[in-house]
Order: sequence, then C-alpha cells, then structure tokens
Amino acid sequence: MSNAATTTGRAPSVYVPSAEALATVLAPGERPARPSALAASLTFGWRALLKIKHVPEQLFDVTAFPIIMVLMFTYLFGGALADSPRDYLQFFLPGIMVTSVVMITMYTGVGLNTDIEKGIFDRFRTLPVWRPAALVGMIFGDVLRYVLAAVVILSVGLVLGFRPDGGVMGVAAGIGLLVVFSFAFSWVWTFFGLVLRSEKSVMGVSMMVLFPLTFLSNVFVEPSTMPGWLQAFVKANPITHLVAAVRAAMAGESDPTNTMWLLLWSAGFVVVFGTLTMYRYNRR
Amino acid sequence: MSKRTTGPAIEAEGLTRSFGETRALAGMDLQVPAGTVYGLLGPNGAGKTTAVRVLATLLRPDGGRARVFGHDVVAEADKVRARVSLTGQYASVDEDLTGVENLVLLARLLGLRKPAARERADQLLAAFGLTEAGGRQVKKYSGGMRRRIDIAASILNTPDLLFLDEPTTGLDPRSRNQVWEIVRAVVSHGTTVLLTTQYLDEADQLAGRIAVVDHGRVIAEGTPGELKSSVGSGTVHLRLRDAAQRPDAEKVLQAALGVPVQLEADPLALTARVGGEGNDLAASEQAARALADLTRAGIVVDDFSLGQPSLDEVFLALTDHPAVPADERDEQLEAAR
Repeated sequence: MSNAATTTGRAPSVYVPSAEALATVLAPGERPARPSALAASLTFGWRALLKIKHVPEQLFDVTAFPIIMVLMFTYLFGGALADSPRDYLQFFLPGIMVTSVVMITMYTGVGLNTDIEKGIFDRFRTLPVWRPAALVGMIFGDVLRYVLAAVVILSVGLVLGFRPDGGVMGVAAGIGLLVVFSFAFSWVWTFFGLVLRSEKSVMGVSMMVLFPLTFLSNVFVEPSTMPGWLQAFVKANPITHLVAAVRAAMAGESDPTNTMWLLLWSAGFVVVFGTLTMYRYNRR
Repeated sequence: MSKRTTGPAIEAEGLTRSFGETRALAGMDLQVPAGTVYGLLGPNGAGKTTAVRVLATLLRPDGGRARVFGHDVVAEADKVRARVSLTGQYASVDEDLTGVENLVLLARLLGLRKPAARERADQLLAAFGLTEAGGRQVKKYSGGMRRRIDIAASILNTPDLLFLDEPTTGLDPRSRNQVWEIVRAVVSHGTTVLLTTQYLDEADQLAGRIAVVDHGRVIAEGTPGELKSSVGSGTVHLRLRDAAQRPDAEKVLQAALGVPVQLEADPLALTARVGGEGNDLAASEQAARALADLTRAGIVVDDFSLGQPSLDEVFLALTDHPAVPADERDEQLEAAR
C-alpha cells in the first residue's frame, strides 16, 4: 500500500507506463506445467461461482421460477386430479422437481451463447488447456444451480405437506439421479448454444424441445389415462424414466429398470451431444 | 533471454477463408520475423481479424497453410496455443468479474497454484496501474483501463507471440500512448507482436515491418520507410482564397511536384503527395518550393499543411481505390464467427 502511494503520488488516475515496472512482469519466468483436465474444469467452475456472486439476480430462475411452478400446479391440478392438493403433492412433487430442473438446463446454452457473443471464449479457446474444460466447468457451475433449485422445490413441498417415505437418503438419492441426468442433458444445450446465432434462437429451440418433453410424460398424470399413440411416446421419453426413478427413490423403493434407462439416456446425451459440442467448439 | 526463437514467428502461404459469399481471406501470404512488431494495416473488412483468428488457432483456413514458430496452426494447434496469446477487439476478459479475479482465473488455467496466481495478478495490476481498480468489476472500467487489463491478461505467461487486434481503436490519445508504451516494452523483452490497425501512424510508430491488407490479400509489404517512399512520405493540403484560381494552382503544383494533384470536393482545396519515389528532395523541401512557385504565380493560399499520408492516401496510391470500409454486414459477419 505505502509503496503504491509513493510511486503514484497525488494523481492516481493518470497511469504512466514505467519501463521498470513492466520489465518485472515481462521477464519470462518458468512455464508452469499445464493443469490437469479436472483442475482446469474446476477453475472454470470457479468462474461460474464468481459470476453468481457478482450477478446474484441470475439465481431468480432457480428460486422464484420453481416456487411458482410448484404452487401453481399443486393448486391448479391438485383438486381435480387427486382428492386434495396434499394427496396430489405426494405424486406430483418429484415430477415438478424434474420439470423445473430440466427446464433450467437450457440456461447452459443461453449462457454459452452470450459468452461467445461477448468474445470471452476467444481467450479461452486460445489457452493451452484440456479443450472441453471451459464447457465442463460451466456445467459444473450449472449443476450447483440445479441442486439449489431442487432444494428450493423440496423445501416448498415439505411446507405444503410433501412427506417422502424414502427419508433423507431417499430424497438425496432422487436429487442425485436428477442432477446426473441434468448434467448430461446440459450438453444438448451447449451444442445449440454453439450452433445457433443468438440467445433468442437458443431460447426458442429449447422451449420447443422442453415443453413436449416435460409435459408429454408421467409428470402430471399417469400415462394410463392417455391415448395409445401418446402412451408410446411417453414410455420412450427419458423424462418419464427419470421421473419414475426419482419417485421410487423418494418413496424409499428401488426401480432398477427405470434407473438403468435413465443412466443409459444420460450416457447417450454426453456421448452424442458432448462429441457434437466439441466438434463445433474446435471447428469454428 | 531476449531471443527465444530463431527463424520466423509466422509463415503463412495462400491462406483462404470465406464466410458464405464473403471472401475474408483470398490467398494471404505473411512472413513475420521473430522479436519484432509486425503491423497488419488495412480498413474494416480487409481480412485482418480473420487472419489473426486463423493464426491464433480460433478459425480453420479453407485453404493454404500457416505455421507459428514452425508449428502448423491446424495440425499442431495445441503447440501453437502454448506460445501465443490473443487480445481481441471484443471482450477478452470477463466483464462480470473483477480485474483480480480475471487475472487469477487465467493464471490458474495456465497452471499456477493459487498463491502464485494471486501474486502474479497483483504484480501485473501494479505494472499496469490497475492496483486500485483490481477489486472492481471490469464492466466498470474506462476504455483505457479495459485495454490495459486485456493486455495484462495476455502477457500473464509472457507469450512468445502476442496478437493485438486493433488495440487502440476507440481509445483517447492518452490511453493510446499508454498502449503504445506497453507494446514497446513487450517487444523489447523478446515477445513478437502482430498488431492490426487502421491507422498508418500507429503502424509507423510501432511496427518494424508493415503488411498492407486489402480484400483478404497483402498488397504491399515492407518497412514503414519503404512503404512511405513508394507512397510518398507526406501530403500537402492547400486551401486557396479564390476558387477561380484552382485550375492555375493545380498546374503550378503539378509542375513543381511532378505528381498528380487531387481536387477535393471543397472547391478551394487541393491535395498532392510529396516525398515519393524518383524525387531526391525531402518532402518539406518539395513543399516549400511548391509554395514559393504558387506565390510567384500570384495564387493566394489561405491554409497550407504538410502531413503524413492518411490510410486513405496509402490505399489510393497502392490500389487506385480509397480505403472504403467493406460492407458493414461483412464485418459483422466476420465478428460473429
């Protein structure tokens, strides 16, 4: 502090480049070893945390939006679809948790698109680090948002009367499955974030994908009430497997079939869209 | 350790790259010697940014090849990345983060551990006069401070080759001088700098060699002195009192300077290049003689100036067309890639 004061004097706003000061930072030092893939990804994840710290408004979509979803659908459908909102909630809460969190995954694509638009990815892409690190780190940050959203929804549910039979472990397992799937599903949006021109078109495409995917599932009602052709779609929908697996976990049961399907879908999303994403990322 | 490399820093042959209908690079050749500042001079849309992006491994060329310190920019991109750094025209640090956070983030990505990264960040902030601003978000910085943090981020690992894409566009004169000082310091420590600019005087001030770029091609190359002697080292601007005397003035000037005289849109104004090839006299001497001839001919000159040729004039001399910025759309398209 005292050093800075003596060199800059009374007028700190005028910067005069000094050859000596620049010489100290320009002396070529030793090149440190390249960070590991994990270290680089975690560092990019740290960037995501810093962004949350500086722009806390961005947490609106993982707090307010899920609360509104839970309240709206519980009281909208609760009376009609079950005897009371409280009964409906036992069936519905895992489903709405899945819907909300999966919908939030699209912000991965929007965020990436904005970053690229601003130019910061030009810097990242010229760094000699593990290539997917910038994107993996970004999704690490988003995973934190998914966990936060899930916890917010769970809390609202508990207040409204959701009583999961699976207890703490069951609920944690359910949220764990959801986070695994959402991490994998985020790669769909990194791909669209890279391919599409604007933030708006990313939003548009994600809505087009997410609405049918979440609504044409077992989230809101039992598929047995639907016409046959729709049942076929619903059965194949990964969201259906996810919701079934999460419901089972939270109820303290196990559903190996659906859990296996959901993990297969997750692996598929990472392999297919992760590869497509990296292909686009490297080839601009 | 001022010389880290022998051989050229950049060798590019016949680089091409198109964006849809637009040919951003149309067979660009470049030879950039190591340890110098090399200027790419040209108007908007000439292909400067595309060239930098190809050389910095951000963009694949459609054709041709380029090597940076002997490594192919496509096949050995990782080896190239380990030795270069880019300060783009747009945000090259995260505006939401503070100056310190940005530098620590990049230092850690380059492999420094946390305490060392923090120390390096503080050193850089001090050297770039940003110690006080270090804790503030970059979006709150002034234009000059922005550029400084951009450049500080680029020299975190003292790269062997630094790309500066229009580093002073939009800066006030003082901030521009600061950037120039920094560039001089960077190159004096052995880093090669490839600088793109729209300003002839900037290239003249900083660069050891300049390539003039137009429509994705290098149309002239050499030291600033060589370029200026082919273009004319200066331009005489005249304003007459009486527009009726302009035809006479044109004749007198043409006779005195031996070059074509340009009649400006302003009916009182004339422009001519001086100090070009095939004239042994210095620009100032030619101009003085021309002025004397005009006085003898009874032509009243209200305003007289001798200046460096502008980029427009360089272009006119080299291409017979002025440096009209290419279609704005093309530039935006280029930026979006």
